[in-house]
Amino acid sequence: MHELSVTENILSIALEHATQAEAARVTVIHLVIGQLSSIVDDSVQFYWDMVAESTICEGAKLHFSRVAAMFHCEDCASDFNMDSRLSECPYCGGIHTRLIAGDEFYIDSIEIEKKEVGVKQ
Amino acid sequence: MSTIKVPVVEKILSANDRMAAINRKRLNENHVFSINLMASPGAGKTSLILQLIQRLSPGYKIGVIEGDTAPVTIDADKITAQGMPAVQINTGGDCHLDAAMVSDGLDQLPLSQLDLVIIENVGNLICPAAWDLGTHINLLVASVPEGDDKPYKYPNIYRGLSVLVINKVDLLPYVNFDMAYFRRGVELLNPGLITFPVSCHTGEGFAAMIHWLKEQIKSQKSGE
Repeated sequence: MHELSVTENILSIALEHATQAEAARVTVIHLVIGQLSSIVDDSVQFYWDMVAESTICEGAKLHFSRVAAMFHCEDCASDFNMDSRLSECPYCGGIHTRLIAGDEFYIDSIEIEKKEVGVKQ
Repeated sequence: MSTIKVPVVEKILSANDRMAAINRKRLNENHVFSINLMASPGAGKTSLILQLIQRLSPGYKIGVIEGDTAPVTIDADKITAQGMPAVQINTGGDCHLDAAMVSDGLDQLPLSQLDLVIIENVGNLICPAAWDLGTHINLLVASVPEGDDKPYKYPNIYRGLSVLVINKVDLLPYVNFDMAYFRRGVELLNPGLITFPVSCHTGEGFAAMIHWLKEQIKSQKSGE
């Protein structure tokens, strides 16, 4: 959808946390993206290499964890996966369903290399 | 050099969400009810705004923020021709409005004199769904000629709605639109969603919507 602005947001959050942790370099960024968040991994990766250039995030790997869409049926209280298309509850045919997973869109953690302070080589 | 893991757990759009909260606070302080109006291109967003202005004026004062991807003032001109303040925001090609753009738009509206702010989002069923603008409700205009499969194809936008308007119902006899199938999809995503079938062309169906809207404006005025 709008991967460039999303990628810039990822960079800004990663830089903020990396700076707080006194990182010399960020090596990995762990992202959690629900199946229903319309984000294309390849596009984010493409923009990432451009926006992260000349920052301490340059060269960092983006690791995407995808979360499948899960619904809860209010009629029979069972949980089910949404496969390819929107449908009623596969157990009771109920249509009173609620999304319980699949719209995640956050940075879980980053991996950094610390500045070496006061260590002589 | 050793690598360590730093927990973050922060939403990628958290900066937008923070700005949206500021917008919402500002609207509340001015007791203005606000609507984020979304739809695909051509569904009738501007026509709906014009209908609402026509039916609410002169008793109510309405400000409009028009979002477009191109530097045009076609929509804003239609609003100002009705005597209401309008601000045109050009997203510079971006596919949606975000809370920062709306904040700029609010700066240019006489908020303390308004009863209602309508923000016309960029015509798009995908991206606007992800960006909170800080309005009180998200409203989608679906239209009959778009087809009855839209809830199934664009589930995200339907999930986040408070109100659905089905426009162009006067075309139902002429197009292949299965209302029961459409509404079943909506029900799966957003049970009990407030829905107003209308036609901006013939004006049918507006009595119920205007009644509902006046109630919302009233409770916002009284600070509830």
